[in-house]
Amino acid sequence: MSARSWLGNPWRRPVFLATYTWLFICWAIVPVLIAIQFSFNAGRSRSTWQGFSFRWWWEDPTSSLAHDPDLKRAMWNSLVLALLTMAIAVPLGVALALGLSRWRGPVARGSNLLMLIPLSTPEIVMGTMLFLAFDSLYTSIPLGRTAMLLGHVTFSVSYVVVIVRGRLLTIGRDLEEAAQDLGATPLQAVRTIVLPLLGPAVFASLMIVFATSIDDFVISAFLSADASTETVPIKIYSTVRGSPTPALNAMATAMLLGTMLALILAVLALKVFRRGERGSAVEDFARIEL
Amino acid sequence: MRDRADGRNRLLWPALATPGVAWLVILFVVPFYGVLAVAFGEVDPIFGNAVPVWNPLQWDFTTFGEVLDRVVSGDLGRVLVRTFVYVGTALAICFLIGFPVAYYVARLAGRRRGLLLALLLAPFWISYLMRMLAWVNLLQPDGYVNDVVAFVGFDRVDWLDGRAVTVILGLVYGYVPFFILPLFAALDRLDPRVLEASHDLGMGKVATLLRVTLPMSRQGLLAAAVLTALPMTGDYYTADLLSGAPRTSMIGNQIEFYLFRGSQKSAGASLVLILSALLLVFMYVYLRSVDRASRDVA
Repeated sequence: MSARSWLGNPWRRPVFLATYTWLFICWAIVPVLIAIQFSFNAGRSRSTWQGFSFRWWWEDPTSSLAHDPDLKRAMWNSLVLALLTMAIAVPLGVALALGLSRWRGPVARGSNLLMLIPLSTPEIVMGTMLFLAFDSLYTSIPLGRTAMLLGHVTFSVSYVVVIVRGRLLTIGRDLEEAAQDLGATPLQAVRTIVLPLLGPAVFASLMIVFATSIDDFVISAFLSADASTETVPIKIYSTVRGSPTPALNAMATAMLLGTMLALILAVLALKVFRRGERGSAVEDFARIEL
Repeated sequence: MRDRADGRNRLLWPALATPGVAWLVILFVVPFYGVLAVAFGEVDPIFGNAVPVWNPLQWDFTTFGEVLDRVVSGDLGRVLVRTFVYVGTALAICFLIGFPVAYYVARLAGRRRGLLLALLLAPFWISYLMRMLAWVNLLQPDGYVNDVVAFVGFDRVDWLDGRAVTVILGLVYGYVPFFILPLFAALDRLDPRVLEASHDLGMGKVATLLRVTLPMSRQGLLAAAVLTALPMTGDYYTADLLSGAPRTSMIGNQIEFYLFRGSQKSAGASLVLILSALLLVFMYVYLRSVDRASRDVA
């Protein structure tokens, strides 16, 4: 077979595409791996390797991750903010998705549209809106932790609604109506039939909300009061152009490890959840369209 | 009995939706009005800070007019054009990188597919700021990138010294995952039999790509472009971290400056309004695609 006919064969193995894809993945991931590597640097530099040590993790008595109060506080702030956002945004969004999917009328149609708009609003616009609101209108809530939490819930609710609504459309109304024909009240039907079937969507929502909250920079930065309410992304932003030590890399790495661990646990849990259903959890996430 | 159940039935759905709707009204609709009230509000003559005016009959358009003038023909206009050039270039590179990757993974079957998908999703779980931090480290004068540059035989470059190239590549690196995912979803829905039919009917690979694959993935491409363009246009931290120089500042940097460093909140709010108006088309396209996607599921 000549080279020409090999190249022209549409059913040959796509060597070029495969190489291209793997090169892309290396480009996407290797810089982060190098940043992780430098958290173990023995020297102060974040760009020249000076040997392996745990100096910036815990050995340095003042500026390592385990001993720097600023870095520890940033991690704590990020974690608490993400967990509280999950706890508020997910129930709020599930209820909103359920209500809007069944409620008919002009108010419902308007709310359906309203719920989508935050998804498409650039963060800088939403950040400005919320900052000006807390700055000049809701003045009883000062900038800081509460304002940040309210902001995070606001941009998270829509994600939850879109995910849950997709699942509601797939499961349909048959089972719910059957339950009502057998004498269940609508509320009982929702509680005993619909909510359990929504399990995977609720789970996916929890993970998406956690990930977006912990990753968020603009809304947090606009609503943060001072150094005491800094989250990890704000801390990275405010330190990186100065003269940070590899302890900053250690903090970013610790957050990454925490997120990855939570993600692996979640995927495993989702597998148990979906026993008997087709498809894979990873595929589901790739298809969530936001 | 039946009537009572129906009555509750009618009330149940609005009752479930009310807390969420109220939340969005209080923390989204009213704050948007707040931006108008600040943009068209007054400036305190003594302290120079913005005083929002809530009554639209008393709105004062002086500051907004000044900002608009500078956007149409002035320094802010140059910043806006620069922003769109950066975003446009970054989008084009995202397409060149993202389309082949999304196409390959969508066509792939078997165990590799799960692994590749997981790796494509990985950047979503790594903080954006950490990914930028990684590049700030790599691009230092004595960093790994310059080690490679020196090894090949060129002079070391100060990449972080206000270079457009660095900012654009930073945007591509940051947002290309958001480009690939919707594209993957669209290409994955593409029926492989259509491609086979195209080959069977005698079209070559290039012709199939141009006349079948690309047109059929138009919706996905549009969604991908909008999904990346919207956050990129408002981005200010990428330019700040990778350059920090005024000559690469984007519209987001200008807004952030007005709101937090120059305390010209009224000008900042005006600029946000102008930016929102410019992005309205993109937002509309995005909303339509989300709406269609959720109906496709049904």
